[in-house]
Amino acid sequence: MTTERAATLTPATVRTPRPWGAWGVNLLTIVLAVLWAIPILWATIVSFRPPNDNLGRGDVWFSDRVTLESYEKATSLAPFFPKWQDGHLTNSYYTNTIEFTALTLAVQLVTVTLGGFVFAHFEFFGKRFLFYFILLQMMIPTAILLVPNFVTIREFSTVYLGIPKAIYYKEFSLYDTPLAMAMPYFGSAFGTFLMRQAFLGVPRDLVDAGVVDGCRWHHLLRHVYLPPSWPSLIAFGLVTLSFHWNELLWPLVVTSDKARPLTMGLLRFTQLTDIGAQWSLMMAATLIIAAPLLLLFIVFQRQFISSFLHSGLK
Amino acid sequence: MRRPRIQWLPYMLLLPTLYFVFLFTVYPTFKVLSDSRIYYHPSRPDRQILTDLKLPGVEEAMRSIRGPNNVGLAYFRAMIEPDSPEGEAFRQVIGNTTLYVLGTVPISMILALLFALLVNRKVRGIGIARLALFYPTVLPMVSAATIWLFFFTPDYGLWNQLFKFFGYSGPQNWVINPKLALWSLIIVAIWKNAGYFMIFYLAGLQGLPEDVYEAAALDGANWFTQLTRITVPLLRRTTLFVSVIAIIGAFQQVEHALVMTYELVSGEADLLLYEIYQQRFIQQDYGFANSLTVVMIAILFVLTLANVFLTERQEYDN
Repeated sequence: MTTERAATLTPATVRTPRPWGAWGVNLLTIVLAVLWAIPILWATIVSFRPPNDNLGRGDVWFSDRVTLESYEKATSLAPFFPKWQDGHLTNSYYTNTIEFTALTLAVQLVTVTLGGFVFAHFEFFGKRFLFYFILLQMMIPTAILLVPNFVTIREFSTVYLGIPKAIYYKEFSLYDTPLAMAMPYFGSAFGTFLMRQAFLGVPRDLVDAGVVDGCRWHHLLRHVYLPPSWPSLIAFGLVTLSFHWNELLWPLVVTSDKARPLTMGLLRFTQLTDIGAQWSLMMAATLIIAAPLLLLFIVFQRQFISSFLHSGLK
Repeated sequence: MRRPRIQWLPYMLLLPTLYFVFLFTVYPTFKVLSDSRIYYHPSRPDRQILTDLKLPGVEEAMRSIRGPNNVGLAYFRAMIEPDSPEGEAFRQVIGNTTLYVLGTVPISMILALLFALLVNRKVRGIGIARLALFYPTVLPMVSAATIWLFFFTPDYGLWNQLFKFFGYSGPQNWVINPKLALWSLIIVAIWKNAGYFMIFYLAGLQGLPEDVYEAAALDGANWFTQLTRITVPLLRRTTLFVSVIAIIGAFQQVEHALVMTYELVSGEADLLLYEIYQQRFIQQDYGFANSLTVVMIAILFVLTLANVFLTERQEYDN
């Protein structure tokens, strides 16, 4: 597949013959790369300035001292990190985001593997119809259905568990829980499709040999289909992880306070009026929420790029 | 694999996915279609259907009732009517969204191709350049928008300083300027998406046959001819594919608006999805939010159909 090739650098296909031309291209590359990197460089540098530095006077980049005060103040102003209190960890933006993304990922990996397996392995009545039924989700993304889905989440326990409305508001509502943020993504058309493609790449002879040897379906899945398909599953995992880590609109709709994730924490943080133009404080907060993914990306650059390449597959 | 009796296993294994796709995609789609007929506006009991929606055919008796009321296609009629508030808002939002898509998609795709060409070389340090161009994809949109908020601040913001450097000191605060707010969103989107589209072009470039270029070089074709006559035509599939994900993605991007232009209440920077959120959760006009969602679904439906049609025609061509 082309995706594998993209991850490793193959020799240049477009050559510039003359040396000055090559230098021009190099220069252009450097200029664009620097331009594109300026936001993150600036944010990183400014986050190490004192929190009440006025950027309007003097340099917008550097200050006379490097300090962690902005980070300290940002974490004291908003609950980014959990604290140990009364024998348990308090709610924090980090724990909420981790809980919500881990929940989504855990369920998705199961549903997606099973779904892809069914479509790659079995022949059954209505297969084609069910496949298009699931692909509908790629045409109508969950993100745009926030209005009706909000009602579904809010009234889930009434409608689906039969708990009367009078008591669900307090006790059983899904509103403002990690489950509310995760649930619409439990079934993934993209993931099902991706895993089906991966499983279809497994040689049929291997599967038939397994069937002849008397493998049950879960043996086939575990020992025949999954081993060569791990890269696809990992790609799906990385894409979904960064998608949900960065998600804002849906959490904004279904959480208010308790389950607020990182992205919403930053949004609230930037809208606090008394923070105003304290840019170093805001940049510290920005980096606190972006750092894990950025670091993960820098370490696993190739895997990330090839995963995102999968993400466009339709 | 076909066996004589019905096997339940595939249905059982598929059940979770089917259940969640039904519950959060299929059912809400129909719900939104049926709810777009319902007038319900809990936060504004003052609002009268007849006076505010100017709906032909809505009964007089409905005036005093707060709803929920079945008003049929009234919202859609109001959207195309010249002087209803819904119509004004709708046309503004559609105009904004169109400008946003036309402003972000072509430029970010051209930049993506340029990036891919630049990065697809064997030069020392090219990995760092790739890193610098791709990282905005991994950066949360909220973070990106917060950083860019500074760039757009008046006087000392980097963006305005750049303009000052070229001797121009006109419009200052981009995000609350009605004429520039939408452009600030477009700039952030281009900056964030170009690197993402780059990787598709990079994969496309690496699948191109080497011998064509060798032949062209022997014939004395310079880099520009090679680019316009060989590379771009051969990348047609990639371009089509990227444009589809770019357009569909552009309709779903709202996070930067929530951070940057939420203070602009006059609506010059409102995009469709943002307006849906706004109408449902801020203005609390449930019916209008549902109707806007229907419009959004219709647009995405048409785009998907166009995509299927174009892709199949292209497969037929080849």
